[in-house]
Amino acid sequence: MRKDKPRFNNHFFRRLGATVVAAGLLLTMPGSAMLACAKGNDSTKESGGDTVTLRVCNWEEYIDTGDWGDDEAIELPSGTIMGKNAMVDDFETWYKETYGVNVKVEYSTFGTNEDLYNMLTLGDTYDLICPSEYMFMKLASENELVPLSKEFFDRSNPNNYYVNGLSPYISNIFDSHKISGKPWSTYAAGFMWGVTGIVYNPDKISKEEVSTWNVLKNPKYKNQLTIKDSVRECYFAAVAGLNHDKLLSNEFRNDSNYKEKLEEVMNDTSPEMIQKSQDWLQDVKNNVYSFEVDAGKADMVTGKAVANYQWSGDAVYTIDQAEEDDYKLNFCVPEEASNIYFDGWCMLKNGIGQNKEKQKAAEAFINFLSRPDNAIRNMYYIGYTSCMSGGEDPRILEYLKYKYSAAKDAKDTTDYNLTYFFTGDDQGKEDDYILHVETEQLDRQLGAQYPSPEVIHRTSIMEYFTPKQNEDINRMWVNVRCFNILKMPLWGWFFLFAGVIGLLIFSFRRIRKTRKKKSIS
Amino acid sequence: MHFSRKSLGIPYAVFLLLFVIAPLLVLFYYAFTDGSGQFTLTNLTGFFMNPNTMGTMVYSFALATVTTVVCVALAYPLSYILATSRIKSKTLVIMIFVMPMWINFSLRITAMKEILSAIEGNLAMHPFLNAVIGMTYDFLPFMILPIYTAIAKLDPAYLEAAEDLGANPRSAFFKVTLPLSMPGVISGVMMVFLPAMTNYVVLDMLYNSTYIMGSLIGSYFAAYNWHGGSMIALILLGIICLFTYLSDTREDASARGGAVL
Repeated sequence: MRKDKPRFNNHFFRRLGATVVAAGLLLTMPGSAMLACAKGNDSTKESGGDTVTLRVCNWEEYIDTGDWGDDEAIELPSGTIMGKNAMVDDFETWYKETYGVNVKVEYSTFGTNEDLYNMLTLGDTYDLICPSEYMFMKLASENELVPLSKEFFDRSNPNNYYVNGLSPYISNIFDSHKISGKPWSTYAAGFMWGVTGIVYNPDKISKEEVSTWNVLKNPKYKNQLTIKDSVRECYFAAVAGLNHDKLLSNEFRNDSNYKEKLEEVMNDTSPEMIQKSQDWLQDVKNNVYSFEVDAGKADMVTGKAVANYQWSGDAVYTIDQAEEDDYKLNFCVPEEASNIYFDGWCMLKNGIGQNKEKQKAAEAFINFLSRPDNAIRNMYYIGYTSCMSGGEDPRILEYLKYKYSAAKDAKDTTDYNLTYFFTGDDQGKEDDYILHVETEQLDRQLGAQYPSPEVIHRTSIMEYFTPKQNEDINRMWVNVRCFNILKMPLWGWFFLFAGVIGLLIFSFRRIRKTRKKKSIS
Repeated sequence: MHFSRKSLGIPYAVFLLLFVIAPLLVLFYYAFTDGSGQFTLTNLTGFFMNPNTMGTMVYSFALATVTTVVCVALAYPLSYILATSRIKSKTLVIMIFVMPMWINFSLRITAMKEILSAIEGNLAMHPFLNAVIGMTYDFLPFMILPIYTAIAKLDPAYLEAAEDLGANPRSAFFKVTLPLSMPGVISGVMMVFLPAMTNYVVLDMLYNSTYIMGSLIGSYFAAYNWHGGSMIALILLGIICLFTYLSDTREDASARGGAVL
């Protein structure tokens, strides 16, 4: 039994109570909490009738919603790819055609992994969700997820686009990383992935300067850098910045167990490290422009900030946006380490339950999104990188060449080796998977969307925090973000005391006055 | 069909029960329990013992106080001039001042952000000032309306009487108009001060990275700590109650009630 949450005996009361608390506090999750009540008793669980209802909850703006203009069509050697309708509508049509069953997708979105978790705690029920790796690890360890079926991994079924097209590189990671003894792939199917890095304006700040996480503390760029308002990303940057010397030492880099050691260092949540990262982040807070919630991308495009700590998918989007204004932005993954993340589809026990029809539709949904043309549509639309390499289907590779191959008359070109992604061999070098690109693309969209093998080498997965670690790190975070009363200047204390004394005198006078009045009457 | 007074009240009673009483009970429950449902006071003591959470309260107080003072300083003269002037379309002028309220809040703050960036160059230089400006812009209408109503409702006979009894305009203002319009000011203060302590969206959008009470509660919930978050909400509630109590012992509570729009 988990310790971080209360247990009510009466399930209804718990749901009601939680709902009204959230509604009453009007805080992080408005709206969704109120819906929890209404949705809770959804009769679709029993899936009466012919239509299967699939409740999907995905990140905001994380799927193609169609309506492409004709000029947006992607013309590949194997055919044209075009997003006419919303992906969800296309799935409903496809499912009916393929399996002869009507399916209705109820699509909703969440803003952060923590919001999703709170929504689930409040009693929202979904069948299929798409959290990041640390959140599906947390959910799996709490026994909330339904394992993917054997049929889902049956390579002989041509409709199983996921297993037939998954990048071997991603597949290795999903098989080798464990949640309570079982590989990730038991519960989760990869959707999008990426790394963390820094989007920067090459006219204002050099690549060398942004090649370290310590750039966030660089006084030369005081009030010009922005950083994500996210505890995990900030903590990662702090750990990397604090271990700068160690991570860059030859001894560490050449260690035969480099990867394991790197993950060990980057997942250090010892009290000393948390304390040190608090000081580091305090310095960062005093140096940066802001901890941004959503403004980071726009501020890079408008030039308010010279560098922004960003997820690679958003970096691609930002660089694209800037390009439309004829403005050049680059992306750099700092030398110390980078956080590699995966957003994966997983099925919830309280949604799917024992309902095989539903599970079949959910797995078909994953497969449909994994079909190479659909993966390309989503990639084009949101800027993130699909976990699909296509398998036998050449379209993903074709799309990469279509998007990134150097023009014939380009002067400064280079080879870019993506063998690792298509074969899973991180040392491999196969001609088919070597792109001929303009050199500057290495620091731009291509470098962000498909990081080079060197960058991949220094990426680390960040585990989920246990409740105790979560508490410690969050306390650290609150300490960083809050104004410390002990640092208040003298005049501040003066005003504070004057205010408190004034308030006391005022209240005493009021009380006396009221008493007098009462005694007169 | 005939409804008795009692049966007509039932929907409201249900509403009160569901959306006021029940949430409060739940709030209390969470605030005074720990993860395993045991009664505890650590949430309360933890808040007052931690220099950072206390600092947040002081920071929020400072922000709210400055915002409120600026709002009163702007709204009172405006309302006074408007209410006592002889222009015919007073309502129209008031409408113009209140109109920004009808435009989406985040749009307004985004516009404010651009204007401030153009003036200051870099918003990170004056985070506190920016927050005050943003809040003032956001909450000013809530101050103008009650003050204006209070002054406009004032019976001119009082002022005439003061004049007859030998008061010059200045003392007439300080002895008659100001005290009689106080209920409006108090209404305005109540409507500006407390939201200003918690409206962290303004700070987020204007690049003030320091937490105020609202963002602090939000961060507790994001870390799944509903207990700590509920306690802070409860402490805020306590502050509200205190303020209401202090302002409510005034003689003419009825006049103030009329000032609330």
